[in-house]
Amino acid sequence: MPLTIDPNLPAPDAFYEALIDAHRDLTDAQSAELNAALILLLANHIGDMDVIGDALARARRSVLPGGDAA
Amino acid sequence: MTPIDYQALEFAYQKHPDQSCPTPASHRVVVVGAGPVGLTTALDLAQRGVRVVVLDDDYRLSTGSRAICFAKRTLEVWDRLGVGQRMVDKGVSWNVGKVFFRDQEVWRFDLLPEPGHRRPAFINLQQYYVEGFLHEAACAHPLIDLRWKSKVAGVAQRPDGVDLTVETPDGAYGLRAEWLVACDGARSPIRKLLGQESHGRVFKDRFLIADVRMSANFPAERWFWFDPPFHPNQSVLLHMQPDNVWRIDFQLGWNADPIEAVKPANVLPRIRALLGADAQFELEWVSVYTFACERMDGFRHGRIVFAGDAAHRVSPFGARGANSGVQDAENLAWKLQAVLDGAAPDTLIDSYAAEREQAADENLLNSTRSTDFITPKSAVSRSFRNAVLNLARDHPFARGLVNSGRLSLPTTYADSPLNTPDADAFAGRLAPGAAALDAPVRDAAGRDAWWLSYLDGRFVLALFCGGRAPDGATLAALRQLARGATPLRVVLVGDGSAPLDASPDIDVVHDHQGSLARRYDAPPGTCYLLRPDQHVAARRRAFDAATMAGALARALGRA
Repeated sequence: MPLTIDPNLPAPDAFYEALIDAHRDLTDAQSAELNAALILLLANHIGDMDVIGDALARARRSVLPGGDAA
Repeated sequence: MTPIDYQALEFAYQKHPDQSCPTPASHRVVVVGAGPVGLTTALDLAQRGVRVVVLDDDYRLSTGSRAICFAKRTLEVWDRLGVGQRMVDKGVSWNVGKVFFRDQEVWRFDLLPEPGHRRPAFINLQQYYVEGFLHEAACAHPLIDLRWKSKVAGVAQRPDGVDLTVETPDGAYGLRAEWLVACDGARSPIRKLLGQESHGRVFKDRFLIADVRMSANFPAERWFWFDPPFHPNQSVLLHMQPDNVWRIDFQLGWNADPIEAVKPANVLPRIRALLGADAQFELEWVSVYTFACERMDGFRHGRIVFAGDAAHRVSPFGARGANSGVQDAENLAWKLQAVLDGAAPDTLIDSYAAEREQAADENLLNSTRSTDFITPKSAVSRSFRNAVLNLARDHPFARGLVNSGRLSLPTTYADSPLNTPDADAFAGRLAPGAAALDAPVRDAAGRDAWWLSYLDGRFVLALFCGGRAPDGATLAALRQLARGATPLRVVLVGDGSAPLDASPDIDVVHDHQGSLARRYDAPPGTCYLLRPDQHVAARRRAFDAATMAGALARALGRA
């Protein structure tokens, strides 16, 4: 199954709020470790290296100058 | 008997008659470096009837424990050379490892060795014992001529050999060798003489390494700390060795001063912080090391062949340094013998380079990955590392990501030109190029034995027979193979249900538990051709003399 890039979250605003809330009162270092833990948990859940590889490539392109996530 | 203090032994320089020769004396093989790899190479060659000169610029064995983990495959190589039991008798085994993060244990594992193997996954043993035992075996062998305080100062390649200049306390002399094997360590003077370099990554980190003698009540376990309270932001490893000596590795970081770090005034507080203020211990040896993950582009240069650290260097995590070097030695020795005997073309040595370069790449990959986990090089890398360790406590998946060194396993030479590819479907791990697996068997007289002891340095053709002896035509064909120009041992593997007759050229073994047939996915009729270094050359579901003769020629580089 390819990486889903169409909307898939039933309540996007609630997800986003939960994501930000999870970082409340954390130091930058703790936040960085939380993000890392989240990525690890989700990556293991996905378990498909092709999907993960596609996500990694898109995420990297999104932060590079001239990056194109399409 | 007082135990020998191998670290204190000094070997006298002796003038050799070669030094008085008007023209350089000629030798078949000269090995440079009397470390674990050079001595293993020399022993393997000598047991094959090849006379070897070993040159070493020093006059002592290893100081300090240095390489301490010797893997199963290495022990099996040394079994074939007759020194494995001594290593195992002296070494210590462990199965339980614990991983700590900050002030908590996050994971413990038990290696739970699979039964039915002669040797454990690995033993811990100080390098000076390994070298001491190998040295004693080398001294006892009439075909090994070991010369201390003999430094190779010059090499010149000829089409059929190498001219060496050897410096000694009595001055320099010349030697000729058909083949030169450079096992002269990470800084390899021979490599430098050739103008060759290793390429790869140098890690900007320093480790303090200490051997501590104490009678404390630490269990025989491997303890690895990430960021412990007693040594913040760095890693620490504690390992048990024989003689109540414990090995402790402290990561220091790149900015540590290596001269200051080894001073007792600086070492002792670190050790007390780990062991507790009241611990009674004695500091045996201390050193600071840095490491690199790199290799030479090619391991063969004409008649000069590189092995061990001279050819490739890895980080210490995963015990891949000395172990891969010993496997270099076993790969090279039989090939040199075959070429020297005229049984194989010179190009067989190219397969040494190809196979062991592949192995080096595998070891470099594993050791680089471990290093990146243990010593993160960026803030984000550290965040992921810490996240893995935090998750490992309660999340089984994260334990698989904890990388404090991956156990050294033999490389499968999957793409080797010496392999005859499978023509039939097989399950299991013994594809062409794989190292043979052990199993408990019984010899023809019904005594317990180990399968690997039958793989004695010759090619071995193993035919699984179940409960029925092969027919006369098959036996005749097997006998003809056994009597061929290449030393080849034929072994019939029965299942123990009926006797099989051994005959002058055909040995018999009984797989009474069925372990061997299971591991080799070998129902009756299956045959395997195993190389002198115990790697699989070919296998078929049914024996066919022409196929096996072809596989033998191919494994000798003649196809």
